[in-house]
Amino acid sequence: MSLATFDLPSPREGALRRFSDLLLRRGHLIVLLLLAPPLIWLGLVYLGSLFVFLGQSIFSIDEFSGTIVREPTTATLLELFRPANFDILMRTVGIATAVTLLCAVIAFPIAYYAARYAGPRAKAAFYLAVMMPLWSSYLVKVYGWKLLLAKEGAISWFAGRLGLDGALDAWLSLPLVGGPSLSVSYTGMVLTFTYLWLPFMILPVQAALERVPASLIEAAGDLGAGPGYTFRSVILPLAMPGVVAGAVFTFSLTLGDYIVPQIIGTSALVLGQAVYTLQGTAGNIPLAAAFSLVPILVMALFLTLAKRTGAFDAM
Amino acid sequence: MNRPSLGLKIAALGGLAFLHVPLLFILLYAFTTEEKSYAFPPPGYTLKWFGVVWGRADIWAAVGLSLKVATIATLIALVLGTLAAGALARAKFFGREPISLLFVLPIALPGIVTGIALRQAFGLMEIPFSFWTIVLGHATFCIVVVYNNAVARLRRLSPSLIEASMDLGADAFQTFRLVVLPNIGTALLAGGMLAFALSFDEVIVTTFTAGQQSTLPIWMLSELIRPRQRPVTNVVAVLVILVTFLPILAAYYLTREGGQARGAAGTGK
Repeated sequence: MSLATFDLPSPREGALRRFSDLLLRRGHLIVLLLLAPPLIWLGLVYLGSLFVFLGQSIFSIDEFSGTIVREPTTATLLELFRPANFDILMRTVGIATAVTLLCAVIAFPIAYYAARYAGPRAKAAFYLAVMMPLWSSYLVKVYGWKLLLAKEGAISWFAGRLGLDGALDAWLSLPLVGGPSLSVSYTGMVLTFTYLWLPFMILPVQAALERVPASLIEAAGDLGAGPGYTFRSVILPLAMPGVVAGAVFTFSLTLGDYIVPQIIGTSALVLGQAVYTLQGTAGNIPLAAAFSLVPILVMALFLTLAKRTGAFDAM
Repeated sequence: MNRPSLGLKIAALGGLAFLHVPLLFILLYAFTTEEKSYAFPPPGYTLKWFGVVWGRADIWAAVGLSLKVATIATLIALVLGTLAAGALARAKFFGREPISLLFVLPIALPGIVTGIALRQAFGLMEIPFSFWTIVLGHATFCIVVVYNNAVARLRRLSPSLIEASMDLGADAFQTFRLVVLPNIGTALLAGGMLAFALSFDEVIVTTFTAGQQSTLPIWMLSELIRPRQRPVTNVVAVLVILVTFLPILAAYYLTREGGQARGAAGTGK
């Protein structure tokens, strides 16, 4: 056996090579050079503009001239607690909570079936079936619900066919959740949000459930627990981090959205719409910034709590 | 393993149906003869609206602008996302965690906050709103999708491959071109496709960074708020589903061996 000889091209000479050698000798330099372009945009321009915008929440607006008074004050932040503004915050948090709960209830059986009973092929099909709606166009999905919820639309028609139009009318005549038609009620808004964010709940819950060992469930059965008791005392606690991880998405996405309430929903404002009108027609950037701080703070709080439950291992 | 109960089966399949039925209704409505309302069931069926959309210059202009914006934003995101992934995939240094958080931030924060912040930044820098401000806005949140895909693949790439290439005399650039790039190629393609779909569909940041231009989502949004041409909107909605469907399916198959398409989580609006 003879030693193989490789016919290697001789190394390139010149500036590029010397530059390459320099990079290899100094590992930090290469990291710095790679990071510089994305960091200049995201760290300097994007983060900078975020701080400039949100920082204006400590300024106030002159009521007569409508110009921004650049003196630090807490007045704008306190304005959030005025009844009209506080209502907006409470309404938005209420909707986000309802959406999150509904998402969890609908997502759980799907995730549970996919994690425990589906074979490899069925699992791939489930995954695609969840991913396709997730990545479909946001506006098209909202449009689909506008079609479905319209007074003359499909839901009313099916309700009529099934003899449930009485029940639908009764639901719509209820205070708070009702309205003249589904497309101008909180019910319609919550349904649309639930539809939009449901995949964000399914994926982490499924990931958490996949990690529940089958032997644990068998052990619970062997020790005499019925299916219901096993579910409550073994499966649900172990799936909780996944539910919390999903809730982080459904909650924060609902808090920040202003398009759905504009198209489907009542005339009462939610947080996103308030920010939109304040920065636009009202020209009150300080209050818009103060409102924008709310979802960011709520989510920071949520994330801190979620981290304690170990939710991030389920993402 | 025991069999699933009937109740679980119904709940799981019902949930999946809930995810897909609304999209089917959009498909159905594209063929309706009804012009003035969303009446169900459609009184008749026609192919006429596809022809009408075909002849509409404003819709083609919006589609063209959206495609152009998505292409350039994706290219920028590919370059910046790959650079960032290369820097952070294996490096361990102080500040690594905050920097990765920074990349996720544009997609984690509500779109309206990102939109207003960028709008104000462009105002401060006295950049007039144009095609390029839309592209920059989109690239900002597309970086993370490319970054997630590239980082996942780079971490699976064995460092010994790179060392071997260097031992054989290749310099850093040759190693990148001949060893690293072929290995992360499909991950970049998948990330790029997801970024493209994300940009093609983006509406909130666009409302704040666009001047007079109308991308396809902006056109659709105005139709959603004040419906004037329902049948045309129905057809456009179907076309949008098809345009986003294909890259996502392709991205899924490209990243399948290595688990799931990354960056699925957190397409915050």
